[in-house]
Amino acid sequence: MVAKKLNLKDKYRALTRDLDWDYDYADRKKAFPYEEFEGIKITDWSKWEDPFRLTMDAYWKYQAEKEKKLYAIFDAFSQNNGHLNVSDARYVNAIKVFLTGVSPLEYQAFQGYAHVGRQFGGAGARVACQMQSIDELRHVQTQIHAMSHYNKFFDGFQDWTHMHDRVWYLSVPKSFFDDARSAGPFEFLIAISFSFEYVLTNLLFVPFMSGAAHNGDMATCTFGFSAQSDEARHMTLGLEIIKFLLEQHEDNVPIVQKWIDKWFWRGTRLLAIVAMMMDYMLPNKVMSWKEAWEVYFEDAGGALFKDLARYGIRMPKFVETTAKEKEHISHQAWWIFYTHGHAAGFHTSIPSAEEMDWLSEKYPDTFDKYYRPRWELAKEMEDRGERFYTNGLPQLCTTCQIPMGFTEMDDPTQIAYRSSDFEGEKYHFCSDGCKHIFDEEPEKYVQSWLPVHQIYQGNCGGADVETVLREYYKMNLGEDNMDFKGSPDEKRWNEWKSKGVA
Amino acid sequence: MTIEIKTATLQPIRNTFANIERRFGDKPASRYQEATYDLQGETNFHYRPLWQPQYELNDKSRTQIKMEDWYDLKDPRQFYYGTYVQQRAKHQEATETNYSFFDKRGLTEHLPEEVKSHLITYLIPLRHVEHTANLNNMYGCAFGYGTAITQALLYNAMDRLGNAQYLSRIGLLLDGNSSESLATAKQEWLKNPAWQGMRALCEEMTTVEDWFEVFIAQDLVVDTLVFNLFYEQLDQKLAVMGGRDVALLTEFMQVWNKDSSRWLDSVLKTVASESEDNRALLEEWVQQWRVKTLAALRPVIAAMLDKGDALDIADALLEARLKKIGITR
Amino acid sequence: MSKVYLALQDNDDSRYIVEAISEDNPSATVINQPAMIRIENEGELVVLRETVEEKIGREWDVQELHLSLITLGGNVDEDEDQLRLSWNV
Repeated sequence: MVAKKLNLKDKYRALTRDLDWDYDYADRKKAFPYEEFEGIKITDWSKWEDPFRLTMDAYWKYQAEKEKKLYAIFDAFSQNNGHLNVSDARYVNAIKVFLTGVSPLEYQAFQGYAHVGRQFGGAGARVACQMQSIDELRHVQTQIHAMSHYNKFFDGFQDWTHMHDRVWYLSVPKSFFDDARSAGPFEFLIAISFSFEYVLTNLLFVPFMSGAAHNGDMATCTFGFSAQSDEARHMTLGLEIIKFLLEQHEDNVPIVQKWIDKWFWRGTRLLAIVAMMMDYMLPNKVMSWKEAWEVYFEDAGGALFKDLARYGIRMPKFVETTAKEKEHISHQAWWIFYTHGHAAGFHTSIPSAEEMDWLSEKYPDTFDKYYRPRWELAKEMEDRGERFYTNGLPQLCTTCQIPMGFTEMDDPTQIAYRSSDFEGEKYHFCSDGCKHIFDEEPEKYVQSWLPVHQIYQGNCGGADVETVLREYYKMNLGEDNMDFKGSPDEKRWNEWKSKGVA
Repeated sequence: MTIEIKTATLQPIRNTFANIERRFGDKPASRYQEATYDLQGETNFHYRPLWQPQYELNDKSRTQIKMEDWYDLKDPRQFYYGTYVQQRAKHQEATETNYSFFDKRGLTEHLPEEVKSHLITYLIPLRHVEHTANLNNMYGCAFGYGTAITQALLYNAMDRLGNAQYLSRIGLLLDGNSSESLATAKQEWLKNPAWQGMRALCEEMTTVEDWFEVFIAQDLVVDTLVFNLFYEQLDQKLAVMGGRDVALLTEFMQVWNKDSSRWLDSVLKTVASESEDNRALLEEWVQQWRVKTLAALRPVIAAMLDKGDALDIADALLEARLKKIGITR
Repeated sequence: MSKVYLALQDNDDSRYIVEAISEDNPSATVINQPAMIRIENEGELVVLRETVEEKIGREWDVQELHLSLITLGGNVDEDEDQLRLSWNV
């Protein structure tokens, strides 16, 4: 038989989208019902370009190889008590935040991609989403397995999934993903595949994982980099989906732009947690948040948006605010946690003298002027035995749900307050970006399960903070919360050190 | 003496995560347990889905089946992602050897024309059924409740894509990589009257709302019948026709079916024994889809297999399975 | 012009891949960072199967790149013989 041989591209098509067919007997709209309500116009799914061409046999083969390597390292890590090699026990708090705040998002990504991996009418897009779904499941599971060993030796990991559903600051990441999953399928992809995976995710994984490597955390570094090897596929999907939507119909352009504006801002707010991890929670620093933002958003994102300009897409709204925020956000976020350290499921601490010098060097325009004085005051008070905690419950931004502690970026001494009225109620926001998002979809954000409101309404098992923390959050008070200094984590670490095992 | 110090001071402060401890007691847990139980969000969802405002994002009432604890539906294979891909990679490697042996030895050329035409008319169109199974298992994964069942449904969905791709590769072996046989087989699926019942059934399954009903229709009823008819009875017929070597190419699907059945039987047994209401509902769904599927298969089986009792044999197998699971008494 | 980039885990395979990339993209910059290697270039970057095979001394499937890949930036075009990253100018 002399027939033309298929190239990789055509072969992949034959093995994926060619499996689908036009329905004659059932209503295809009933089988794929969610494609139209967002106003996105798809004229021809066959124009979809497969972002990568991995058939299942190759997927199993390569992924199994990655998993084999990864679990060999996990096994070695726990057999050799690898937790003793971290730079300092303080470091472990960064990965507590990761397990309670980020890993559950990987789970939601698994669910979200499973949903769109069923609901898209185009088989090429479906299969790409299905592969991302199973990858995301991989990520949450490998993260649990990497942290499993830490959980046996440190406090604060043990009830991560229970905490994620309830704890006040964890409603920031949870609401982010609830927002994306409750949106339509195309918005979900713009939110997660494009705005988050493509534009912002490098800021989460790359510097943070380098940070893990720098702080002797082999397990986290390994799962992080191994997960990133899937992430490259996911980023490619993010770029493909946006080009596809923009090329399908010109009416899609303003809708997509609106979503980019929303999700870019929502993403930067979520990443405030990463900003403080990088600047304050890593004993051995890799790069400052500001530097990471410049490399991974301003440079890389700049190139991307230049590329998209030909479709009529512009930089996200409020991008100029982020250029100012990169100087402030990590300091302000860590201050919020420091002042509420009694209600956090991880340990807070004051930066050491060397760390403050590093921050001065990295933030020459802001740290000494605005932030060093307050840390030095906090240190003085701590030395006098007067470590203070803010006892009241903070007001939360209705959109991002972060306590209202961020300032006006042109006046870092002034807390920023914005508000909107909707159906006779007043809603509060931390920024113009968050207010804008609310104003576009107030019916959605009035539903927000705001932890502080819920506590006041008696929906969290008690009226006083301590009962809420103990009963509703299931925190072990005096173990999981408060400063690192004086914590059981610190005590055990010093014991290991003094006995010469660490 | 450092070793003694190590054991004395490096006592773990806990054996596992608190949720696992609440379920199974304070003892070391397996990787399957830590990677499965309570992963899915349970409460305090922020927004109703725009696309289904009648439900929460994660909602038990997307099916009529009721479970006290959806995490009872554990996977006897204990598949989490890592064990799953490594198991499949092993099968994949063996299958790759079979396919390349088939190719290198030029076994296609030794197949009688009649066998080839049987493959194109009857076996390769099954890739569209597998594609439907991919959609149906994804549906359960997305709308189901609790990681125990939803992760297994995802593995199943990806397996079905894999099965569909292996079936497609049989076509590519037959046509020397031109994909002509895939195009012909698709025309059979779309136009051949014998296939239209199955095609209509596949289309209908993707419009059913209750995810557990979809799961029963596809993974229990359709799969039990189809795997027996196409991978056992057709295989026997092909062997008689001089197409014994085809078994090399369908071995993956046969091994897969055994693996998947172990999981399915165990899960459904748990659901059926949870309550009489569950059992009765399962029975109702099974009977409904059984009648439809048998009717849909009748013409294609009549054309494909010479034996008049082929469908009865497959149906008897289904009946035995239902009894074993405890759906019918 | 905009830069395209890719980052690889710092492992043995990556060293051969980086060597191949440097040869095929003379203007590319290689940056070693903790546990990873970043390669960037103005406008375009290509990984050729043939060159990698020559360096690594065995058959190499372009998709094997995914085993070591950490991240990338640019439009991707991948087939049996190459992976190409580019921005449209």
